[in-house]
Amino acid sequence: MSSIRGSSGLRGRGPVGRGGAGAYGRLAPVPPQGRRWNGRPGSATSMPRSLLQRAMARSSPLRHLDWSLLATVLALSLVGTLLVWSATRGSDPRTYFVKQLVNIVIGLAIMVGATMLDYRRLRLYAPVLYGLSLLGLIAVLTPLGTPVNGSNSWITLPAGNQIEPSEFGKIAIILMAARFLSEMRLANGRPRMRAIGMAAAFAIVPVVLVAKEPDLGVAIIMMLTLIGLVALSGIRLVWLASLLGAGVLTVVTVLQLHLLKAYQLGRLTAFAHPAADPQGTGYSAAQAKIAIGSGGIFGQGLFHGQLIAGNFVPEQHTDFIFAVAGEELGFVGAAVIIVLLAVLFLRALRIAARAEDQFGMLVASGIAIWFAAQSFINIGMTVGIMPVTGLPLPFVSYGGSAMFADMMAVGILQAVHRHHTVFSP
Amino acid sequence: MIPTSRRRLAVLHLVVASLLIGLGVRLWFVQVMSGTAYASQAKQEQTENVIVPSVRGDILDDTGSPMIDNRSALVVSVNMSQLEQQKDGGAAVLHRLAPLLKMTYQQLTNETRFCTAKVHQPCWQGSPYQPIPVAQNVSDQIALQVMESQSQFPGVTAQVQPVINYEQPIGTDSAQTLGYLQPITPQEMKQRGLPETGFSGVDLVGQSGLEAQYDQQLRGTIGDKTVSINAAGQVTGTVRQVDAKPGDDLVTSINATVQKDTQNALSKAIHQTQSEGNSGATSGAAIVMTTTGRIVAMASYPTYNPSVWSGGISDKEFSQLFGTKDSEPVLNRATQGEYSPGSTWKVTSTAAAVAAGYSLNGEYNCPASVSIDGHTFTNDGEPSQGAMSLDEALVQSCDTVFYNLAYDTWLKDRRSADDVTSPSTPIQQMQKMELGWGFGKDTGIDLPEESYGTVPTREWLYYFWKDNAHTGQNWCKYGKQHGSYIQQIEWDDCQSGNIWTPGQSVIAAIGQGYVEVTPLQLANAYAALANGGTLYSPRVGEALLSPNGKVVQKITPPVTGHLPVAKSTLAYIRTALRGVVTSGTAAGTFAGFPLNKVCVAGKTGTAEAYGAKSTSVFASFAPCNNPKYVVLMMIPNSGFGADVSGPAVKQIWDGIYGLQGSKAALPGGRIPALPHINQQGQIVQSAGSGGKNR
Repeated sequence: MSSIRGSSGLRGRGPVGRGGAGAYGRLAPVPPQGRRWNGRPGSATSMPRSLLQRAMARSSPLRHLDWSLLATVLALSLVGTLLVWSATRGSDPRTYFVKQLVNIVIGLAIMVGATMLDYRRLRLYAPVLYGLSLLGLIAVLTPLGTPVNGSNSWITLPAGNQIEPSEFGKIAIILMAARFLSEMRLANGRPRMRAIGMAAAFAIVPVVLVAKEPDLGVAIIMMLTLIGLVALSGIRLVWLASLLGAGVLTVVTVLQLHLLKAYQLGRLTAFAHPAADPQGTGYSAAQAKIAIGSGGIFGQGLFHGQLIAGNFVPEQHTDFIFAVAGEELGFVGAAVIIVLLAVLFLRALRIAARAEDQFGMLVASGIAIWFAAQSFINIGMTVGIMPVTGLPLPFVSYGGSAMFADMMAVGILQAVHRHHTVFSP
Repeated sequence: MIPTSRRRLAVLHLVVASLLIGLGVRLWFVQVMSGTAYASQAKQEQTENVIVPSVRGDILDDTGSPMIDNRSALVVSVNMSQLEQQKDGGAAVLHRLAPLLKMTYQQLTNETRFCTAKVHQPCWQGSPYQPIPVAQNVSDQIALQVMESQSQFPGVTAQVQPVINYEQPIGTDSAQTLGYLQPITPQEMKQRGLPETGFSGVDLVGQSGLEAQYDQQLRGTIGDKTVSINAAGQVTGTVRQVDAKPGDDLVTSINATVQKDTQNALSKAIHQTQSEGNSGATSGAAIVMTTTGRIVAMASYPTYNPSVWSGGISDKEFSQLFGTKDSEPVLNRATQGEYSPGSTWKVTSTAAAVAAGYSLNGEYNCPASVSIDGHTFTNDGEPSQGAMSLDEALVQSCDTVFYNLAYDTWLKDRRSADDVTSPSTPIQQMQKMELGWGFGKDTGIDLPEESYGTVPTREWLYYFWKDNAHTGQNWCKYGKQHGSYIQQIEWDDCQSGNIWTPGQSVIAAIGQGYVEVTPLQLANAYAALANGGTLYSPRVGEALLSPNGKVVQKITPPVTGHLPVAKSTLAYIRTALRGVVTSGTAAGTFAGFPLNKVCVAGKTGTAEAYGAKSTSVFASFAPCNNPKYVVLMMIPNSGFGADVSGPAVKQIWDGIYGLQGSKAALPGGRIPALPHINQQGQIVQSAGSGGKNR
């Protein structure tokens, strides 16, 4: 980071070595540098230490964790679990609550695993994750897929658990795009057009598959994340604008030439105009808004929401979990959730800003864009400013795959954070 | 990181921050600014107001036996407008429902189809939007099954609803007095100032008779319940409940046995005269009342079974009830019928003559006919009977005596006012007396339908003449100087219809001409004559009892006036009426009646009508010395008072006192009193009551 300010001399210690124009031109992955920053000189050769000692050592990953990020995520998950409990108290008081706790525990384990990774190795793992996601996304379109609420988004595993490959597809797209955009660069640091082409090409496959499920919400998140990453990668604004323009033009052309079948168009317009279908999505949105509105400033109290008790809001434990918060915790509680989400986004963006390299920056930014866009669309639809799409609220909504993917993303953020420049501001 | 990325990361910060701020602002708007609006919307959505119907009070006879028994029963109703929205028009639902109600599918669809010109009973007469009751008195289990599986039975409800039961035979014998209930219309709701929430459009309100008169008290207060519901519409709890308050019971002074006897006697008399060739005799009325103004029986012919009102009346039944072809059985002829009183009217003429100075001890000539103002008035074909006392004139019902009295009074009665040019001309002496007996205006009985009758005063004549062209009579158009009898009268009336002529005065004195009274007015006037001159406003209701048996309100017939007649004159007339039965016009009728056990006094009336048979009237009271009851019957278009109504009245007296071997309905002329109510609030049947024990 320091190098950007052009005063590497003043800060010229540690990782500044990668600074300078030459680094941008490298095509090969940066080889792992091992314990690049292992504390006091000679400590690497010190005698074997206890687990506690190792944990507390300066070189320990624990000392390099973003603890406030972790605390925020835990807080959101905890609040989410309570809300899930409240939302399902009428039908099945304990099952969802316990399952969500299990989801969190598994998610935390995945997070720890991701944290322990050297994030730069993710460049290598990215194609693997991408390939697996792609396989999953293809599988859901086959008879293996289980339709839930009209979308073939799920694969039922032999144990009865369900998995939603599109959640992992989001991470795969971020990693792949970050890899291309950080590796294939011009001398001035801006990505080559080829990089953008590759990133787009690799992203478009899962986007199309997801849109085919159809899960337009996830497809939109994927597209937004890709556009954000391309923009952040340093592409000239003119190019960015022309690319977006071309995209819009394509969409308009497709619509104008009636290349879409009527039902496809209908699906798109229904997605854009929930009021056109008052019994379906429009009903959900209206109910959610009434529930949130009736919460007032302080809410009706956890487990005391009347509309929630009457199951008036469809999907109130998953996509519309924010309605539970709105009615039962009121403006104060809902605002706390938004503040927690804000902390999450800002920590992710801070990690991006302090990332050691362009790849780390892009990965962290991608995750931040994903979380922010998904949260905004989710909360926005419950308060009536966004169309209804089947997107969960990160960490808060009930769901295994989403929790695992979210936690994995946080683990990646931590991994990026571990390698940040200690002396960066 | 390249500077561009850094800048754009900063922009991303801003974008994210502004999105979050946007959410916060929106949240503030939704929760804090519009929170109350959404909260009320939520309340509306998650609660439902349920009207808890109140059980209507019963109408009881004087012994406490119900004439109308209102119970609440679980009623399964089908809302067809809701069912028809389903793909199969609700066939599947009805297929599931039929076996539950132990009906065949065919039976059920017959009940729920709408009646049209081509679809006849069984079918639904009511509004298509009104839930159709398909099963009454269902068990709790069936009701629960329907209500708990609403997904199986959409549009089907099981609710507690009032069910009206007309007790046989008393309820059916008093159809017109009891009245009927019909669904209220929004206009009526407004008119009665009823709260709109209280009526769902299917509520029944009293539309006539006692049901209408005491509707508010019988109705009780509806309950109001707010229940919480979930998204599936299932009731999850009660938020607020205001219990329904059952209506009060109305105890009437109607005696079931006397009512039955009276209705039977009336029907029998009419059938009898019909069988003798008087096919025009199609209606009539009879009243039994105490001399203190309480109605003990009130019969109207033709009558009908009020059960036709239960569960929707058919077009056919409706046109029978209200059609002139069947003489409108829905009319209560005891209060709405307007008939000429005939000679029963002479009691007022006698009183008027005495008031005008004619002596009770004088002698009055009873010729075969008198000629007044160029017209000849006969004594109904009787030969001259010479001079007689007023007493004898009443006993023999000599018309010519009263013609002369009327003519004499007319001569002295401010002749200058007879050319009536303004409605405020003075009332003649004789008519003033008649008004003093309560004629020409309503008695104020506790029944909503009552006619005024006609006392032809100068004022009445003025309006009658002035409005003749508009009321369809149009004398000047139809009248011919040399036409038929009617046309000649019309021609005369056109020329001088506003002039109070001696002929009018003379004919009015014997209760004919334009004189018309309701049976109730006449009975009430005779009650006043019998009780020594006190005029009451009659009452059917005796008391209102709360559901736990407490007397809420005692109903006493109010005194509305006193006859403008000296007590001695009334006693004189009463004695004369005793003679009518022993040796006068009704002597033949009462031959063999044990007058030594019960002394009945009365007056026959035979009012002639042009082109029709006479109106047969018999007005009576008993016992002669201390009259407790008045029994009266009027049957138009039938014959002599002594021949048609007289025997029927005698039969009613038989029943009241149990003279011909039957059990006395009111032993020893017992006056109806409130039934005894024990501490549990239950009515204890009084010993020896004629009422039907339950």
